[in-house]
Amino acid sequence: MNSENLDEKARHLRADILRMLYTCQSGHPGGSLSCVEILMALYYKVARVDPANPRWEDRDRIVLSKGHACPALYAVLADKGFFPREDLWTLRQIDSRLQGHPDMRKTPGVDVNTGSLGQGVSIAMGLALAAKHKKASYKVYAVIGDGESQEGLVWEAAMAAAHYKLDNFTVILDHNGLQIDGSNDQVMSLGDIMAKFRAFGFECFRVDGHDIDAIGKALREPVAGKPKFLCCETVKGKGVSFMENNFAWHGKAPSKEEYVAAMKELGVAVNG
Amino acid sequence: MGKSLRVAYGEALVELGAKNKDVVVMDADLSHATMTHAFAEKYPDRFYNFGIAEANMMCAAAGFAHSGLMPFVSTFALFGAGRAYEEIRNSVSYVNANVKFGFSHSGLSVGEDGGSHQSIEDISLMRCLPGMTIFVPCDPIETRKAVFAAAKIDGPVYIRVARPPVEDITDAKTPFVPGKANVLRDGSDVCILAAGLMIPYALRAAEYLEEDGIHAAVVNVHTIKPIDRDCILAMADKCGAVVTAEEHSIIGGLGSAVAEVLAGNSSAKFARVGIQDKFGRSGRPADLFAAYGLTAENIAAQCRKLKK
Repeated sequence: MNSENLDEKARHLRADILRMLYTCQSGHPGGSLSCVEILMALYYKVARVDPANPRWEDRDRIVLSKGHACPALYAVLADKGFFPREDLWTLRQIDSRLQGHPDMRKTPGVDVNTGSLGQGVSIAMGLALAAKHKKASYKVYAVIGDGESQEGLVWEAAMAAAHYKLDNFTVILDHNGLQIDGSNDQVMSLGDIMAKFRAFGFECFRVDGHDIDAIGKALREPVAGKPKFLCCETVKGKGVSFMENNFAWHGKAPSKEEYVAAMKELGVAVNG
Repeated sequence: MGKSLRVAYGEALVELGAKNKDVVVMDADLSHATMTHAFAEKYPDRFYNFGIAEANMMCAAAGFAHSGLMPFVSTFALFGAGRAYEEIRNSVSYVNANVKFGFSHSGLSVGEDGGSHQSIEDISLMRCLPGMTIFVPCDPIETRKAVFAAAKIDGPVYIRVARPPVEDITDAKTPFVPGKANVLRDGSDVCILAAGLMIPYALRAAEYLEEDGIHAAVVNVHTIKPIDRDCILAMADKCGAVVTAEEHSIIGGLGSAVAEVLAGNSSAKFARVGIQDKFGRSGRPADLFAAYGLTAENIAAQCRKLKK
C-alpha cells in the first residue's frame, strides 16, 4: 500500500474510532487517535499476521499494553478482516466481542489481555522469552503509553528483556506527552525516556509517530543481542483539532455536535 | 523428622519435568528457599530466574502459558499472592492462563523472619479469583500429588507450600482427587475440618476428645477451592458440630470457605481455629503456634465448647 492510500486509510480509521466512542458514549479518544500510525506501521508494513488464522503459531505478536487505546486496535483489526466491521459499533456494550479493554478470549486478533497498565509489556516480554525458549523466529511488539511508563512493572520487564538479550522484542512508546491528570511533566516527569531505556540496555530510536514509513523503517532496523525501543513522538487526539493536545479528551466520548464536527474535519460522512 | 513440603515440592517438579518437557520453572531469587533449585540444576534450560521482581514474573508466566508452555512459578506466599496479586488476577486468572503457583513460606511456620514474611492471607486472596484451584497439602507425599494434579488441570492452580519439615500422614495409596476432601478419621459428635500443617494437631485433638467420650471426625480439606460441599454438609449433618483448623487468617481461608457452605444449609454449630484477625511476629514456629492458638488443645477446647 502506498503512502497516499495509507493516509486515506488513517483518516477512515480515525473516523471509525470516533464512531465507536460516540455510539457507546464512553472510551478513550485521545490515546486511541495518537497511536493510529503506530498500529498501521505494525499491521500494514512490518508484522506477519494472518486474519484468516488469528492463532497462527508463527505469527508476530502485537501487544497493545496501553489497552485503553483499543478502539484504534479494533478499527485496524476489522479493516484487516479479523472480524466484521459492523462489530465495531458494539464496542463496550453487553455481550460484545469488543470489550472496554482488549480480551484475547473474545476478539480475534488480540494476542494478550491488557488494560491494567504495565502488565501488557511484561507479558509481551514473557512472550518474547518464550519464543526464544521454543527457538521460534516470530517477533513481539509492545505498544506502551507514557503515563504507563510510570509503572514500576515496565522497568521490571525492561530489565528482564535486556538480561535475556531479547532481540526479538520491541517496546514502542506512544509519546504524546499527556495523561489523565495533565502533562507527564506536571504529573510525574518521564525525564529523558530515551536515556532511561538506553541505560536499561535497549537499542533506542526516536521517530515521528505519525509517519508510517519512518516507524516501519525503525521497526526493521536490525538489532542483535538486545531489545529495541522506539520513542514515537505523537499528538494526543491527532486528527481532530479540538481534541489535539488536550488531556481533557483522554477518556471522554464526543457529544453529537462534537462527533459531527470531528467527522467533518476528517472528511468522512457521519456513519460512513 | 520427615522432609519439608518445599523439598517435596522441588523434587516433584524435577520428576514432573522429566515427564513433561513443556514444564518450565520460574523463581524470583528464592530458588534455594522454595527449593526450585533442584529443577534449575537438573534442567537449567527450563529454569528462569526473574530476580526480585515478582510482578514481572507473573506476567512473564502468562506469556509462557500463552505460548503453549506450563510454567510453575515460585516465590514466598506473601510476595506471590500478596505483592503480585493484581498481576495474577489480570494476567493469569482473568484469562484462565495455564500457570501453576507453588508459593512457599506460608503462614506462621515461617517463624523467626516475623510478621512481614508470614503470609496469613494468601488463601483468601487466591480464593476470590474465579477459576483458581487451591491446594493446601499436609505432608511431603501429598505435596507431590498436588504438583502432579495441578499439571493435569487446564488453568491456574495455587499450591500452598509450608516451610518446616513434617512427618508423612498420608501414604502413596491415599487418594488425592481435586475438590474431594479425605476423611482421615470418622466420628459422630464433632467434625474437625483441617488443612496443611494443622492436620496432625487435628488428629491429636480427636484423641484428646476421645478420652472425654467425644467421637471426633477429622477431615483433610486439601482442596480449599473448589471446596467439597457434599462432604462438609454430610459431616455437619452427621455430627451437628463443625470446627475448622487452619494456619491462616480465619478471614477468607478454610474457615470462611466452610462457613459459606454451612450458611443457610446447615444448623450445625460452628467454630474456627486459625489466626484471629492479627498479624504474626518473630518466634520459633512452635511458640507461635501456641501463642496463636494453633494447637491440639485449643482445637479440642473449641470442640468441647460446641458440645456443651
